Amino acid sequence: MQIYLPIADLPVNVFLILGMGLAVGYISGMFGIGGGFLMTPLLIFVGISPAVAVATVSSHIAASSFTGALSYWRKRAVDIALALMLLSSGILGTATGVWLFTELRALDQLDLMIGISYVTLLTVVVALMIYESVRAILRTRHGMPATLRRPGSHTWLHGLPFKLRFKRSKIYVSAIPVWAIGFVIGFVGAIMGIGGGFLLVPMLIYFLRVPTATVIGTSMVLTLVTMASATLMHAATNHLVDAVLALILMVGGVIGAQFGARTGQKMRGERLRLLLGLLVFAVGCRFAYELVVKPDDLFSLRYVESG
Amino acid sequence: MRRIAITLAFIALLCGAGPAVAERLVVSLSNHRVAVTSSFVGEELVLFGTIEPDPVTRPLRPPYDLVVTVTGPRQTLRTRRKERVLGIWVNVDSREFLRVPSYLAILSNRPVNTIANPDTLRRLQIGLDNFLLPQRIGTDFADTVSDDPFRRAFVRLQTQQGLYRESATAVTFLTPTVFRAAIPMPAAVPTGSYGIEVELFTGGNLVARTNSALDVIKTGFEQYVADAARDYGLLYGAVTALMALLIGWFASVIFARD
Repeated sequence: MQIYLPIADLPVNVFLILGMGLAVGYISGMFGIGGGFLMTPLLIFVGISPAVAVATVSSHIAASSFTGALSYWRKRAVDIALALMLLSSGILGTATGVWLFTELRALDQLDLMIGISYVTLLTVVVALMIYESVRAILRTRHGMPATLRRPGSHTWLHGLPFKLRFKRSKIYVSAIPVWAIGFVIGFVGAIMGIGGGFLLVPMLIYFLRVPTATVIGTSMVLTLVTMASATLMHAATNHLVDAVLALILMVGGVIGAQFGARTGQKMRGERLRLLLGLLVFAVGCRFAYELVVKPDDLFSLRYVESG
Repeated sequence: MRRIAITLAFIALLCGAGPAVAERLVVSLSNHRVAVTSSFVGEELVLFGTIEPDPVTRPLRPPYDLVVTVTGPRQTLRTRRKERVLGIWVNVDSREFLRVPSYLAILSNRPVNTIANPDTLRRLQIGLDNFLLPQRIGTDFADTVSDDPFRRAFVRLQTQQGLYRESATAVTFLTPTVFRAAIPMPAAVPTGSYGIEVELFTGGNLVARTNSALDVIKTGFEQYVADAARDYGLLYGAVTALMALLIGWFASVIFARD
């Protein structure tokens, strides 16, 4: 069944989009991430322009992270003070990202920027993830306990001023790295159409030593707010959010996420992380391939104005 | 009597064929309004027409050739070219095509270059190679030669999307004087007003022309959404964000496991 997308201005198969929503939702539920880093490339692949894809996916992630945030909230696994601190700079990061997005689009370099951002970011994340999970798997194989957090261990980050105490997460850290992380997540989210959950969770764990009990819930609240505001800003400045496309994606996404979550709970943590690392790696490779290999068509068109 | 003669002379002048006018075109379009709905996957419009002697006593001069040029609403597009910079492919150079048709179909009963000589085709802008596509070159506006790489790429990309086409089989003569032209409207057809120019040739000369028009409109929900997104961006964004929250909340209620 074909449906015409009013903003993307092209007809798509409803079941294809719904299926993509389900598949990405399943993966996002399994790993506890938003899934934007998979959804945006998939939409580009079916012919939706990168700009519309990035803008629309933000609303899709808002929906799925709201579901997640609600369930973590019920389990009292959200550190609201930490989330608010991250958000204060996250919104600023999103606004900067949307502004840069608009500028790059005018310069015809948006697609390139999206491509490069994906490659750089995903490569770094992958390297860290694979390293970490392989080490963890090896360690358990040798009979050693897999401890991610060593209480009492301090890094230079703990020496920074403006220290704050976050009660629910039981951490005492400087506000500077918290703001920096919030800003970075908001910024890359707006540029790349990703919620940043897969970045934020490791950052919170490694840099701030947030305990696993509150890390995912808190990250989901942050994702929810940055993505909802990214939707708002993209719609107001670039008019690129396709509500029809977003609706189909959301419906598929939230259903898929429920089933994914059940599968995810049955799997071992380290294995799950390795799998996620490989998945991210595959997406990164795809973008790298596109940047390096000579394109089939050197020319492309961009709509400037009517009349 | 004199008035009729003046009128005839005037028509002849309009037809641009001098006093030797002998043909008149009568055309009718199957549909003047193409509605783009949520299930729109493209459509084919049919233009029917007859060639009539004018005045009626004059003999007809078959065989005839017919060219139908359909132009969509004008828009400005930028053609960009990638080049390898530091190992990756980057948009380096670009040209803007100013106020060019968003849709352009040149339909004829045989290849246009066999219908008239190159000068005539160029003057009448018949064929994709002869249609005026002005580019911004520095501060100047001009159409370049038809084998300019940017122009070629532009036409090729538009053709790939089904928006530009030149078809030498789309017009068929049912009898020597009755014809039928099929106008394809692809799924991604731009909305707006379209002009249809019908030109009749015999012996390589333009002998009659007429025009028609059609509108492509988004209707119902699609129109509503597109208008809202353009005119009330912030409100539209807020509604979309609320929709996301509502669906997220809905899912957590439905799938809540206690």
